[in-house]
Amino acid sequence: MNQIPALIRVFAYLSILTVGGGMAAFPELKILTVEVHKWLTFPQLIHLYSVGQMAPGPNMMMIVAIGQWAGGLFGAFVVLIAFFGPTAVLAFIVARGWKRLEKWPWRTSIQEGLAPVSIGLLLAGCFTMAKGAIFGVETAAIAVGVLLILLQYKINPALLVLGGAVLGVISFMPK
Amino acid sequence: MSDAALTPPVEALPVAPVAAQVSIGQIFLEFLIIGAISFGGVVPYLRGSLVTKKQWVDDKEFVEMLSISQSLPGLNATNMAILVGEKLRGAMGSIAAIIGICLPGAVLMYIVGIFYRVHGDHIWVTAALKGVAAAAVGLILFTVVSMSKKSLSGKFDFVFIALTVIAVNRLHIGVPRTLVAVGLLAVLFHRPRKQQKVNGTQ
Repeated sequence: MNQIPALIRVFAYLSILTVGGGMAAFPELKILTVEVHKWLTFPQLIHLYSVGQMAPGPNMMMIVAIGQWAGGLFGAFVVLIAFFGPTAVLAFIVARGWKRLEKWPWRTSIQEGLAPVSIGLLLAGCFTMAKGAIFGVETAAIAVGVLLILLQYKINPALLVLGGAVLGVISFMPK
Repeated sequence: MSDAALTPPVEALPVAPVAAQVSIGQIFLEFLIIGAISFGGVVPYLRGSLVTKKQWVDDKEFVEMLSISQSLPGLNATNMAILVGEKLRGAMGSIAAIIGICLPGAVLMYIVGIFYRVHGDHIWVTAALKGVAAAAVGLILFTVVSMSKKSLSGKFDFVFIALTVIAVNRLHIGVPRTLVAVGLLAVLFHRPRKQQKVNGTQ
């Protein structure tokens, strides 16, 4: 029953993988929470992540729901600390030291080098998620539609995700 | 790799420019508001609040902080909270900012999690969630495109993107090892060049 130590381990580990955004950790998030610890199923993970895109604030808050399922209120709290703590400390240290790194030539190298890797990780996370989320003409059309609309117009993405919900009901409600 | 950013000697800290006029409470409140209203992505709201409304950081500083946030592990939103909080009031400022920005979404997702657990298999909900998940995939793809437009520094970077995707999705090497291996390769590729020499690394 006591999942707390496992929650701390898993989310502290995932924390340091989120280079370039939360989605970078998604493949590992799936393996650890779905396959290893079985806190939830893959469709549930996809659903929570997607619903989380409509919530305000940092976009990985769905981890709170995983913590809640596995360990109640305390589980949710522990997950938050474990997931945001390590990177927060790192960011704080860097904030203190960054100014002095201004002339360090490798600083630019690290920024330029990590940019494509973080984009790659984001894309890899996207593909992992697409395997569970895209399964036919309707879902593919919704995904491509959202992409094209965002490329073309300045519109709040949360509204489009909400629009996805409406299209989902229209497409998938048994007649 | 990000550790590499920390390696220079940490001597005594120079006097931190503490903007004493901003209180911890103000920092918490402002980030709490951002955390509560930033639907569809935090960065524009951060800019609107911190640069335009409060003028706690200027635009150049904001862009600089954002680029630091992006090359560190951690979400942009929380890293920005730490950086801005630190600039305004040191460690306490950082803590106030990150709690503020996380709190509303965390409470909301806590409730959503409970609701979903109970009603997640309702036919209306499952149908809607299929659409929501598909839309989220489209949204991530858009983020990939816009990040590529903004932060890539050469055509060869697409090779690193491809390598990363193949390593994670095809070879199942795992995110950490991929991050270290491809990251190192990419950082070395973008290494500082003092003497201009033609190199045939490709």
